[in-house]
Amino acid sequence: MAILECKDLSKRFGKIQALDSINLKIEPGRVVGLLGPNGSGKTTLIKLANGLLTPTSGEILIDGKAPGKETKAIVSYLSDKEYLPEWMSAKQLMDFFTDFYADFDRERAKEMLTRLGIDETMRIKQMSKGTREKVQLILVMSRQAKLYLLDEPIGGVDPATRDYILDTIIRNYNPSAAVVISTHLIADVEQVLDDVIFIQNGHVTLQSSVDEIREEKGKSVDAYFREVFKC
Amino acid sequence: MEWVFRNDLPIYSQLVDRIKLGIVSGALPPGARLASVRDLAMEAGVNPNTMQRALQELEREGLVFSQRTAGRFVTEDTAAIDEVKKTLARGQIESFLAGMKELGFDREEIIALLKEDA
Repeated sequence: MAILECKDLSKRFGKIQALDSINLKIEPGRVVGLLGPNGSGKTTLIKLANGLLTPTSGEILIDGKAPGKETKAIVSYLSDKEYLPEWMSAKQLMDFFTDFYADFDRERAKEMLTRLGIDETMRIKQMSKGTREKVQLILVMSRQAKLYLLDEPIGGVDPATRDYILDTIIRNYNPSAAVVISTHLIADVEQVLDDVIFIQNGHVTLQSSVDEIREEKGKSVDAYFREVFKC
Repeated sequence: MEWVFRNDLPIYSQLVDRIKLGIVSGALPPGARLASVRDLAMEAGVNPNTMQRALQELEREGLVFSQRTAGRFVTEDTAAIDEVKKTLARGQIESFLAGMKELGFDREEIIALLKEDA
């Protein structure tokens, strides 16, 4: 069964149609890029999957269920904004995640923090932007979730941090879970993706595998994306 | 060696070529055990499913075999490895000849030049 499914999913904000009758399915074991220019509807889709927004019409199903308490237990979400309380230390955040999520693997998180040389007593506000991003990702990827929704995980980080983030995604790969990465920085993530979904003005314009695009078009997904979304 | 990928070819086929090169060059000797899919994927910085597909392709071509629990190994069939080596060599020669043709050399001139060089 698909871990994420959208059926004629629409979301409207006043006069703005953010998503227009979207249909898609994401299967477990896949790493999927949700690709589109700014304002195309990527974040809206991810927020709908999290239950942070509700559909105007149509359905979004996580493991066959509408977003709610049960689905939140199996969805691990990385927001595109920094949302961790600044006064908390890495250790307090791990306590927090342990309380909130039954599937949080504290040992895994600790190990990843140690490997990066991040002191557990360090507070978020004492950390550099790159370190904060890494800590957020470590917390999110340390859950044994069925669906990881990563909204712009590599936006605005230096190349070394970006490599670390992509490495962490591969390292934690689990064949029974799906990972959705929303980004407009395609060249950077292309190698770690199985499939891509192109989203444009609230419409899904393409759902294909990376190697299918490369095989059929004779160019990278990045080059193809630039062609499709040419301004 | 860094894993660098071209933009105009599928990633899995580039992985196949790269591992093949390791096998024919002896960097991965006959009978050698390959790292796990996950470790190879991490090393190359690619998705594990893509690496898996590349290894399956190498298996299909008979260059790699898997043993249920022990993992994947390079074939011990050195004749098969030599065959691949020859195919790769032919590809190199073809592209070399094509390049020389573009420079305006005919076959005899190329051979003469090669002898001069040797």
